Amino acid sequence: MEEVAVVGVGQSVFSRKCGVSIRELCFEAFKEAMEGLDITGNDIDASIICSAPEYDKQRSPAGLISEYLQLTPKPSFYVESVCSSSSTGLRVAWSLIKAGLHRIIAVIGFQKMSELTSREAAERMGRGGDIIWESPFGITMPAGYAMYARAHMAKYGTTEEQLAKVRVKNSHYGATNPKATYRKELSLDDILNSEVITSPLKKFDCCANADGSSCVIVARGDVARGITQIPIWIMGLGAATDTMTMSGRESLTGLRCAQEAAKQAYGMAGIGPQDIDVAEVHDCFTISEVLAYEDLGFAKPGEGVRLIEEKQTYADGKMPVNVDGGLLSKGHPIGATGGSQIRTVVRQLREQATEAQVKGAEIGLVHNIGGIGQYGNVTILRR
Amino acid sequence: MGFENFGTVSFTAEAKAADFIAYLEAGKVMATRCRQCGASYFPPKMDCPRCLLSDMEWFEIKGNGKLSSYTVVNYGPAGFEADAPYILALGEFGDGIQIFGRLSRDIEEKDIELGMSLMVSPVKLPDDRIAYEFRRT
Repeated sequence: MEEVAVVGVGQSVFSRKCGVSIRELCFEAFKEAMEGLDITGNDIDASIICSAPEYDKQRSPAGLISEYLQLTPKPSFYVESVCSSSSTGLRVAWSLIKAGLHRIIAVIGFQKMSELTSREAAERMGRGGDIIWESPFGITMPAGYAMYARAHMAKYGTTEEQLAKVRVKNSHYGATNPKATYRKELSLDDILNSEVITSPLKKFDCCANADGSSCVIVARGDVARGITQIPIWIMGLGAATDTMTMSGRESLTGLRCAQEAAKQAYGMAGIGPQDIDVAEVHDCFTISEVLAYEDLGFAKPGEGVRLIEEKQTYADGKMPVNVDGGLLSKGHPIGATGGSQIRTVVRQLREQATEAQVKGAEIGLVHNIGGIGQYGNVTILRR
Repeated sequence: MGFENFGTVSFTAEAKAADFIAYLEAGKVMATRCRQCGASYFPPKMDCPRCLLSDMEWFEIKGNGKLSSYTVVNYGPAGFEADAPYILALGEFGDGIQIFGRLSRDIEEKDIELGMSLMVSPVKLPDDRIAYEFRRT
């Protein structure tokens, strides 16, 4: 069977308020992804548009965006798994190419969260839980992850200071990322002294809502070799779910969807966590990055905090993670986030990172989670 | 009656499981069990996906549970502004039953410990609304 490669990646600047329409926002990412490729829009056989629909004013955005980018009359459709929508889009693109239906596909993720107030956004996030049984109690995304943090602290002795060190690292790299919403270094004290949002998580333990777009262009192997100098190959794909309800969770010290997805992705790629040179993980909260270390096998359960304590997840450490600043610095435009993570890893593997470049990185991993661990996608890429 | 008065803000009303609310009004927090395979469900399911049957019986959640985790929410979503701060919690009640809800306002944050013993009871809310909450045993 033909291999499948990522040939182009792009993203808009992520910001609190983009001031443009969603079609114009998507153009920014599409433009960057197409740069340097020996194709035009006419060569793209299909587009997959990814966002979380409850934030969209436009009904059925796929039609709108494919028109604006002049991708009609090629097929276009919408894919959603909340915060992991665009890595789900990549999975669908891979399978369409493998099946022989298409040769080149554009996966476009976006979110314009500034169309809503932050409380309205929080209400919609609350409806990301079970609306009969859990939303009526006032659940939010941060609250769900805070319950994971509390359970992790109780079981393993994880501290608020250790969690804050994740933000110290990510803010360090975010400060150099021209596409990030927050480009300011934060000290441990800044983070520990920030207001408590939902205990034990404080303001700077949380990522911010943002506007943004991402684009990943995927091609069949033989086509990829003809249109780009450095195709980045999709080695492994894993996808899994966990219960919508918090009450259905078997454990609050790790995300089962991520553990399952990682197992599948490593199995498909024929490698293990020790082979990963650089990773992007879904750090919607500081605790989420620590859970990711453990769920992906970078550390044993309960030992994830050691990686951050020992600075092993810095760019010059053993296992560099989120050296573009992560969601914590970039902001989290839901549907765009997975594509932005893929963009960072692809640029690392091409040795084109403008933030910290991990030297000689050949294999990279992307961990993209939807909701409070309802959906998990793990993608492994190689140069 | 359905779920229209359940919790601080309800988002939908109709469900086959609406008897849960009638039981709640009568002072009971209930789960369901499949009469065919014996699987028990909370949140209550009215259909058993294992047996593909809809032959369920209700049973009351009695006895003490244990606090698995909690968070004090200081920033509530739209509709919950007046409630904040409130404490969301997960309680484990044995036989695979876990319940998500709020801790009673009678419990102070300094007295909360994971593993502490809890019971679950109906609670009347303002404006004729109803929910359940975790109380100290």
